[in-house]
Amino acid sequence: MNISELRHTMRARRADFPILDSTINGKPLVYLDNGASTQRPLAVVEAERHYALTTHANVHRGVHTLSQRATDAYEGARERVRRFINARSSDEVIFTKGTTESINLIAQTFGRLLTAGDEIVISHLEHHANIVPWQMLRESHGVILKVIPMTERGELDLNAAAALITERTKLLAVTMISNALGTIVPVHDLIRMARAKGVPVLLDAAQAIGHQPIDVQALDCDFLAFSAHKLYGPDGLGVLYGKRDRLNALPPWQGGGDMILSVSFEKTIYNELPYRLEAGTPHMSGAVGLAAAIDYVEGLGFERILPWEQHLLALATQRLSAIPKLRILGTAARKASVLSFVIDGIHPHDIGTILNEEGVAIRTGHHCAQPAIDYFKVPATARASFAFYNTEDEVEALAVAIEKTIALFE
Amino acid sequence: MDLKNLYREVILDHNKNPRNTGALPPPALIAQGHNPLCGDQLIISCKVHDDRLDEVRFEGTGCAISTASASLMTEAVKGKTVAEIEDLYNAVHHLLTHAQSEAPAALGKLAALSGVAEYPARVKCATLAWHTLRQALSGENSTIKTE
Repeated sequence: MNISELRHTMRARRADFPILDSTINGKPLVYLDNGASTQRPLAVVEAERHYALTTHANVHRGVHTLSQRATDAYEGARERVRRFINARSSDEVIFTKGTTESINLIAQTFGRLLTAGDEIVISHLEHHANIVPWQMLRESHGVILKVIPMTERGELDLNAAAALITERTKLLAVTMISNALGTIVPVHDLIRMARAKGVPVLLDAAQAIGHQPIDVQALDCDFLAFSAHKLYGPDGLGVLYGKRDRLNALPPWQGGGDMILSVSFEKTIYNELPYRLEAGTPHMSGAVGLAAAIDYVEGLGFERILPWEQHLLALATQRLSAIPKLRILGTAARKASVLSFVIDGIHPHDIGTILNEEGVAIRTGHHCAQPAIDYFKVPATARASFAFYNTEDEVEALAVAIEKTIALFE
Repeated sequence: MDLKNLYREVILDHNKNPRNTGALPPPALIAQGHNPLCGDQLIISCKVHDDRLDEVRFEGTGCAISTASASLMTEAVKGKTVAEIEDLYNAVHHLLTHAQSEAPAALGKLAALSGVAEYPARVKCATLAWHTLRQALSGENSTIKTE
């Protein structure tokens, strides 16, 4: 598909997202905060509604019809996720509350088996969700946290990574795409380094999941975490993928219903995967919504999503670079559709407020990735992040609103 | 809402050319304010003599609202007693949190902050300097946070 066909296709898709028709402060909404959360298409809302109106009961419990229907819907969603990320088996797909919970699950199970002096390698680009759980493990278990440094462009220093990943490393936990800067991390190279030393790998796919196809077998990662709400699905639901052997080796996490086979006061026998790691009643309608979101995204196809988002990123980079006083942070050779910037003399919060007045929604602050922002010696940045439903006109609206902001402060 | 109501000339001026910046040499009452959400950092140092604020300075980084509010505050509180400053704080707080309220004449230039009330997410930017000053006046040198 050429750009003009893509432009036409994506514009038509906007009708599937009624929220994009909103007006904010009397101006058409220009939603450029997709890195924080994407909007939901009608198909997802309808799937959740249909579930609530026709299917809902508790899963894995009843002999009655609705319980069976709910179980089928929930397990169907698990299978849909399996196909989407190409896991070998659906019991390698664990539903969680989100990426953060997925990573914490690993930190509190896999991590519990570590001892003082064991090393965990992360990177300078990580979201707080892939920093703090390991720091907690440092406090409780005395593990050593090593950080792959980044460069001025916002890329990881792979030579340094090669030196940091050693036989002492018990886990490499890295993001696939930096949420703050947009850097696409060369995880294939990092995984190869880890494999050579026998080190298991956890990938934070929170930003990546909606922007590129992911094949966990081709990646050969051991664990992978993502959230539904960054994939045009519902909030409050995420996934932890793990290779079956790896998951089976984890001690139980939360205790409760569904994760057991039998309980007496003397002894509890734990359930099999995936239930062993899903204590309590899960987010069933959320899982159904996620399955619908995956259908939607695959129906559109990454072969369309990727080139259009890259087109918007290139356009925005070119347009914003031409604005005097504006500086783009994160200039990696390979970037996802995230544009972080600062303007001389104007605090990002003022930029965010003034842009909102023009209907333009962006994120301002440290994006829960303080180390990556601190690197540039700024307290915060403004960040525009694009999804496939964004348009060239919206890139222009962003640029014009930024120019207005600068004019106001002159 | 009108942006010009939030970013008035007075605000833009005090953001560009903040008054009373820097730090007072010891002995001074000092407090640090931090807004973790924005990353705003503010240090206020002041000297009190006979219950009256003789001198006050601020330094740090923040948005236009936070910087202008700190600058305007230092001008407004200089020479006032601790009790008068507390009254002024209460009046400013009311102004910042009640949209469309008429600014009392006693507020003087601080009335320029009235537009903030239309932007609830920005109230904490405008109050950071005041919370930090009150902390400094309390004599407990420490970090305070607004969120």
